[in-house]
Amino acid sequence: MTSTLYLAVQYLRFHAARSAIVVLAVALIIAVPAVIHLLLDASERQMTARAASTPLVVGARGSTLDLVLNSLYFTGDRPPLTSVAASEEVWASGLAAAIPLYARFEAQGAPIVGTTLDYFEFRGLEVADGRDLAVLGEAVLGATVARDLGLAPGDSLVSSPENLFDLGGTYPLRMPVVGVLAATGGPDDRAVFVDLKTAWVIEGIGHGHGEAAEADDLLARTERNVVAGPALPTFAEITPENIDSFHFHGSSDSYSVTAVIAVPNDERSGVILRGRYLDREEPLQIVVPQDVVDGLLATMFRIGRLIDTVVATIALAAVLAIALVFYMSLELRRGEIETVFRLGCRRSTILRLIGAEIAILLGAGIVFAAVVVSAIAAGREDLALWLLGSWE
Amino acid sequence: MISLQDISFAYPSAGFRLEIPRLAAASGERLAVVGPSGSGKTTLLSLVAGILVPFSGSVRVGDVEVHTLGDVARRDFRARTIGSVFQDFGLVEYLSARDNILHPYRISGALTLDGATRKRAEDLAWRAGIGAKLGHRPGALSHGEKQRVAICRALLTRPPVVLADEATGNLDPETKGVILDLLFSCAEAENATVLAVTHDHDLLDRFDRVVDFRSFRQTMPA
Repeated sequence: MTSTLYLAVQYLRFHAARSAIVVLAVALIIAVPAVIHLLLDASERQMTARAASTPLVVGARGSTLDLVLNSLYFTGDRPPLTSVAASEEVWASGLAAAIPLYARFEAQGAPIVGTTLDYFEFRGLEVADGRDLAVLGEAVLGATVARDLGLAPGDSLVSSPENLFDLGGTYPLRMPVVGVLAATGGPDDRAVFVDLKTAWVIEGIGHGHGEAAEADDLLARTERNVVAGPALPTFAEITPENIDSFHFHGSSDSYSVTAVIAVPNDERSGVILRGRYLDREEPLQIVVPQDVVDGLLATMFRIGRLIDTVVATIALAAVLAIALVFYMSLELRRGEIETVFRLGCRRSTILRLIGAEIAILLGAGIVFAAVVVSAIAAGREDLALWLLGSWE
Repeated sequence: MISLQDISFAYPSAGFRLEIPRLAAASGERLAVVGPSGSGKTTLLSLVAGILVPFSGSVRVGDVEVHTLGDVARRDFRARTIGSVFQDFGLVEYLSARDNILHPYRISGALTLDGATRKRAEDLAWRAGIGAKLGHRPGALSHGEKQRVAICRALLTRPPVVLADEATGNLDPETKGVILDLLFSCAEAENATVLAVTHDHDLLDRFDRVVDFRSFRQTMPA
């Protein structure tokens, strides 16, 4: 057996490129379906757990899927905006607590979630390093964001403009990092949390600037009015020195949010609350995230089964191709086989030799696939989160 | 050592038939087999080696009635008793010269590879003038060097019979003589019988005896 293995290894080494391709093909045939199922299972767990822990979401009428993906996972297409009055409406009903969310902006690739401290209590988020949000302009980072960006309390990060050509938009806001949350294994790890008002500052509703009346380069001055020129400084960072100059324009009820999480007092309150949004003339909708996610998962698993069929077909084709490679290899080795027969080789030895070559290639492919699957299995929750996060 | 009696063999589909009433070779004898192409010279070597089995008649090598052996026994007999040298060398491209010489021990269940065999392989290679090229694969060797490797492989088992099928056919005139000298000297050291098919009439005087296949009754395809 030692000699057979030795000869098989020598043959495979001599044809290293071909052997590597066969090993890779075998590994892919095994690993791809396994990885797909690992990630589907992890995604299902992530989505189901998050949806189950979020009783109701209120938002502007439109796609329920966008509303749920944005408010639960801070991903997907942004739903139509609604106003913070929606939150007041939920509070006013006396049926549920309301947690407004404004998940519209990004900072260095991570979603900025403007909310209230109630959100941290609702999700059970704890600050692992630093402190909670306290002052306008501060940010608390999810564990993954802090790790990926290498940020800690005392550092700062800057909000990203909504698009590159946003010349007339607001300045990016530099936000001091005051805390990093403990890892939860959920979408909160990948988010940057700010106070709702800070999100409105990023939007441009709230801002701070120097005293126009004292500015040197005024465009015009009358007894009742001053017109400031572009030299009037507009602050891109909220500091203890300029925080008092920050103010908001317009009616506070009209300020934007993307969704409101409603936490009913009890099941009956939840049913009554849902009933209040049934009217189609009502500009707001209320959704049960679990229902929306169940529908999405059903679609995902239908796609999963389709992928299984496709992968099985490709695997069959690959197996046939590998079989053809072996057959052609035997044809090419006909001279070698005839020679060894003339030297006294038994048929069983040739079968053992070919069997050893196939076993080595299959074994190497299985080991390679196992390594890949194990590596992905170890990080499947993060990967599933990343896949959910990149679902644009 | 070798004795063929009343042999009849045919390839019916090719219209070829060979009959050998009697052919014998003694231990240590060097026998050249000549004859026109397709006359059955290689078939004769295959019958002696037990690769082919005659329709009738007997093939005896030493004490072994080769034609009575089953398939596995004939293969084991071949590994132990016959050393073969081919015109196309028959080397395995993915093995080094050393591994090619040791190859019979790795592919035959009748032979056991041990340290003494490895040492003998080294000694044979140095004697054949290819000691420095034992790590080379056949692709890196000249025709003459390949045939030296093949001769070392054929003689490693100390076979009592060496069959050479056009062993010098692919070599230049100078190398032919050197290779034949090597084959004969190594065979002589083991007192092996050499049965060599050749078309090269210049080399015939170096054999003890020449068998002309035209003396046997053959039916050859038109």
